[in-house]
Amino acid sequence: MTYSDLVVMLTGVLIASACALLGTYLVLRRMAMMADAISHAILPGIVVGYFLAHGPNLVFGFLGAAAAGVICVAGVEALQNTRRVGGQAAIGIVFPAMFALGTFLISRFFADVHLDADAVLYGNIEFSAQDILILGDENFGPQSLWIMGALLAINLTFVGLFYKELKLATFDPGLAAALGFSPVLMHYLLMTVMSVTTVGAFTAVGAILVVALMIVPAATAYLLTDRLAAMIGLAVLVGALSAVSGFIVALALNASVAGAMATMTGVFFGAALLFSPLHGLVAGSRRLREQRFHIAAESLVIHLANHPGDETETAVAHLIEELRWQPVFALGVTRRAVRQGFVTRTDGHLALTDRGRQWAEEFRHTV
Amino acid sequence: MPPLLNDLIFDYTLRNVALGAALLGIVSGILGSFAVLRHQGLLGDALSHAALPGICLAFLLTESKSPIVLLLGAAFSGWIATLILLRIVRDTRISEDAALGIVLSTFFGFGIVLLTFISKRNNANQSGLDKYLFGQAATLREEHVITMAILGTLALAAVVLLYKEFKILTFDPEFAASLGLSTGPLSVALTSLIVIAVVIGLQTVGVVLMAAMLVGPAVAARQWTDRLGVMLVLAALVGAVSGVAGALISVTQTRLPTGPMVILSLTVIVYFSLGFAPAHGIVPEWWRRSRQRAALRQARS
Repeated sequence: MTYSDLVVMLTGVLIASACALLGTYLVLRRMAMMADAISHAILPGIVVGYFLAHGPNLVFGFLGAAAAGVICVAGVEALQNTRRVGGQAAIGIVFPAMFALGTFLISRFFADVHLDADAVLYGNIEFSAQDILILGDENFGPQSLWIMGALLAINLTFVGLFYKELKLATFDPGLAAALGFSPVLMHYLLMTVMSVTTVGAFTAVGAILVVALMIVPAATAYLLTDRLAAMIGLAVLVGALSAVSGFIVALALNASVAGAMATMTGVFFGAALLFSPLHGLVAGSRRLREQRFHIAAESLVIHLANHPGDETETAVAHLIEELRWQPVFALGVTRRAVRQGFVTRTDGHLALTDRGRQWAEEFRHTV
Repeated sequence: MPPLLNDLIFDYTLRNVALGAALLGIVSGILGSFAVLRHQGLLGDALSHAALPGICLAFLLTESKSPIVLLLGAAFSGWIATLILLRIVRDTRISEDAALGIVLSTFFGFGIVLLTFISKRNNANQSGLDKYLFGQAATLREEHVITMAILGTLALAAVVLLYKEFKILTFDPEFAASLGLSTGPLSVALTSLIVIAVVIGLQTVGVVLMAAMLVGPAVAARQWTDRLGVMLVLAALVGAVSGVAGALISVTQTRLPTGPMVILSLTVIVYFSLGFAPAHGIVPEWWRRSRQRAALRQARS
């Protein structure tokens, strides 16, 4: 692995960690699509910064983009506050218009300069080792590492300082307001930090990867744990793993690094979606099956307890009629009930064991 | 005949661009209305991004750039994305907006991987593919417009056939279920129709701006009426007008891309409607309220 590879990978890990920290709150507060909106809406800001500085300039680009991000957030809220436009629709009106304005400005005034609209969508993290930060005569190494490191530091400070306040404002805004922190203030602080992160990460990885790194690792962590602190840790871990594995995939396929990192966040999410023991689809459907069998076994036991020794009522074939079970299901339930020792089966007739009688008795007491 | 109108009818490029944009406006206006009324305004955004890997895979598998093959690929991956999205929302505790973001960014990221893989694998350019990112309406040819027209007609025919069902599903899904309608499949059908609108829009306005094509006409139309039928017709009209306006602006001015001009025209109509539509506009409502207040004061004194 060359030096330049290492810089690219490290840049990816730093961005992923910075994004995942904030993403956790976005996912919990149901504001994930604001990340998408901001990441597109900053394009006209970057163009205006380019125009004011007469060329690519880090500070002007940053300020322009941050201003555009704030305009986007304020615009969406203003539209929502008119009560004429729903939340998603408000986002869908504001950010494409701003993105269109950006592409319009580029093609009208900068058609022949290098302000590539493609880079807006998928960035150029590949070249992060080439951009060197030089202050005075001093060479400080790759610029991207400094920017992303600073973002990570800002976000860590933010989450560290306001951990309790953010937690309260996220899970119980009413209580937060009653205790005297303003949930609205927390909201705007979060939006500001998010805009800054998006702007910083945008130059390296483009609009879409910012969205992927903010939302997907946090959502993955949300499927894996019920504790906020663990969710933040897992989100950062998944983000960093996606960055590293995505970089390796991109090298192997000779394809876009940003795209591969986004794809890997999707792979991790897919794994958690299917196999998370807590909230995964497989575990969920197994739980559902267990519950169905449990309730069915309970009805079976109660039915048998209500008709002790009645030949017609205890026949397995009769259950299909009496309890309206599908034949396959009825067989499955009786087999499980026999295996678990609630029922015995002789010549197609069922009888309760002591354990089965006890269960039916308990049920009668609880009702 | 004014020269612009003359060009609109007889100039090959302008005619195709304007027709394509108008078709897109009509279809996305109507289907977007359902999406917006069901509070799923950003569904189109997610689905348009999700179409990219399908386009690339279709090209990788067939080595063909014919619009039908690529759009079929787009529709296929958009449809897969729809199913994943509905599944995440239904069966996990992840909220809808996060699910949209997940589908959008991971599918699009995968699409970018495929796009860069294709462009570096063979030296032949993939120029036919990356125009789907930003849309290049100027490259629309007659075959594209015909493909769009066929797809659009199919989608609108489905809306006409299922109008009553979609209406009840949109406004009162619980009531729809209690009547015995299968709301799950209907919901999938409606979302699949939105995939068709997205596929039509990819080449004209591109992935990013597609979100506005679905949301804008619906929001504008909603301000003028409280009736679904009227709203659909108005949304189609708004979509078509902004499509043609964007096409005309971009062709008469040099170096202006069509997609962004369509969206900017649409945005003007949206804000005008929000401000001044008699039924729900902000200014008329403010006017009504201040008159009521004045009447109240008078009655009191």
